[in-house]
Amino acid sequence: MQSGSVGFVTPQSMRFEEPLGLASGARIADYELCYETYGSLNAARDNAVLICHALNASHHVAGRYADRPEQVGWWDNMVGPGRPVDTRRFFVIGVNNLGSCFGSTGPMSTSPTTGRPYGASFPVVTVEDWVDAQARLADRLGIRRFAAVMGGSLGAMQALSWTIQYPERIGHCVAIAITPRLSAQNIAFNDVARAAIHSDPDFHGGDYYSKGVVPKAGLRVARMIGHITYLSDDAMAEKFGRSLRTPDYAFGYGAEFEVESYLRYQGDKFSEYFDANTYLLITRALDYFDPAAAHGNDLSEALAAARARFLVVSFTSDWRFSPERSREIVKALLDNRRDVSYAEIDAPHGHDAFLLDDPRYHALVRAYFDGVFERL
Amino acid sequence: MTGQEQGALSGRSDFQAIAAWVRPDSTVLDLGCGDGLLLKYLKQTRNARGYGIDIDDANVLACVRNGVNVIQSDLERGLAGFDAGSFDCVILSQTLQAVRHTEEIVLEMLRVGREAIVSFPNFGRWDLRLQVALGRMPVSAELPFQWYNTPNVHLFTIADFESFCSGHGIRVLERVALHSGHPVRTFANFFGSLAVYRIEKPR
Repeated sequence: MQSGSVGFVTPQSMRFEEPLGLASGARIADYELCYETYGSLNAARDNAVLICHALNASHHVAGRYADRPEQVGWWDNMVGPGRPVDTRRFFVIGVNNLGSCFGSTGPMSTSPTTGRPYGASFPVVTVEDWVDAQARLADRLGIRRFAAVMGGSLGAMQALSWTIQYPERIGHCVAIAITPRLSAQNIAFNDVARAAIHSDPDFHGGDYYSKGVVPKAGLRVARMIGHITYLSDDAMAEKFGRSLRTPDYAFGYGAEFEVESYLRYQGDKFSEYFDANTYLLITRALDYFDPAAAHGNDLSEALAAARARFLVVSFTSDWRFSPERSREIVKALLDNRRDVSYAEIDAPHGHDAFLLDDPRYHALVRAYFDGVFERL
Repeated sequence: MTGQEQGALSGRSDFQAIAAWVRPDSTVLDLGCGDGLLLKYLKQTRNARGYGIDIDDANVLACVRNGVNVIQSDLERGLAGFDAGSFDCVILSQTLQAVRHTEEIVLEMLRVGREAIVSFPNFGRWDLRLQVALGRMPVSAELPFQWYNTPNVHLFTIADFESFCSGHGIRVLERVALHSGHPVRTFANFFGSLAVYRIEKPR
């Protein structure tokens, strides 16, 4: 085993035959969830930690695959033996959410009613639906209560939702780079990304699988837009500035600036492995998340049911989900006298900082999980 | 608790005086909470539900290590995120002399807290007065810094603080002056090196 890494891992899959009722009123009759686990469940079955993924990630949180060693888990720097979430102490679970495109049931899967891929007919799912599905997986794994549920960005929304939907089943909520709801600007960016996909002639209203095409051009633009919102102005200035790839202006429209080249590369890479319908579905789940809405827009009321202890972390340069949004959550938790610690990490990288190695950030999460372990 | 922890907890001589004034089971906000040991002490001795506020990364980490709730925030920007009267007690322990917006912070404490506890080093103690009389800025156990490296920007005496209170409609509920951890009964502004006040602002 490589030091600090969980080493080689194998994804697993679980089939659920009991229909899952969704927030939209629709039901999914029969579905499968892909997941990975690291470490081992203790005899008391109380050391489980659920890691929730954001837009483009999956159940592959840590380690690597024997047959594809280049595919390192998306939070490998956070989860592993001796890492902040130490797999020598905790039984860590990563699960691919319903509607995603990495093995769990989603738009690419075959619909049992038509025998063809769901495509556009796959129901819109919400953060709350994901949490319900995760809770069923926990039931089947014999986990009554998670020591902690943790995530960044959209993953943090799931962790927060756990404290509202299943207050007795979560000991600690670790929410990083979170917002309690998307702003109009956030939704606007999502809409532009969706418009890019919708306007791709290969989209075919979402039923492109049978046509043997993929709306890559649209997905590529969607990713390029999203990627801009993950970085800070300063981080982009630092990384690219106005550097050119050519000795001088070519007086054309190719990728002359380094930043153009980078974004196009990111867009190309993404459009190779991600599914366009999943992109639509997950951005919609982001748009709809707003736990305060059902409580007269009072977030304190929404969190009144929560019993967990909280760690909330934001990054000063994150303009997508800014520190002010995290502070709203902290305020609501204080109103309810919940145990909460809040750190505002002065990092230059923008929203993406939650995935990066920042020693202050990692030391904090490590210290917090020491406390989680002590309270087991 | 280990012996070492016990030592650390009793290390600050104002802790006991502050704890004596914190009612059991009350909610406490500790401004400039440092490593969070006062809050830990108040939880252990008073079952207080406490939150600390500190701007410094190392202090936030220390609080998390000490199992204390901490909110990373800049005191100098006020307590805008906190509702009026939302805490039983707001504490400022040996920090008032190190803040820039002294007046605003005391008033903010009394807005957010039903009452406040403030402790500060007394610049009026005789040996400090003597050092000034001899032409040097004073250095003592409570004011251990040299003039060129001190974090303290507002040095004041017990008499100054009481005049500030009466000028701002702040009622002093209790006061204790300490020297070497022991209460000073007479001529507090002359013999006390550390002052602890419990105050409120009638609404």
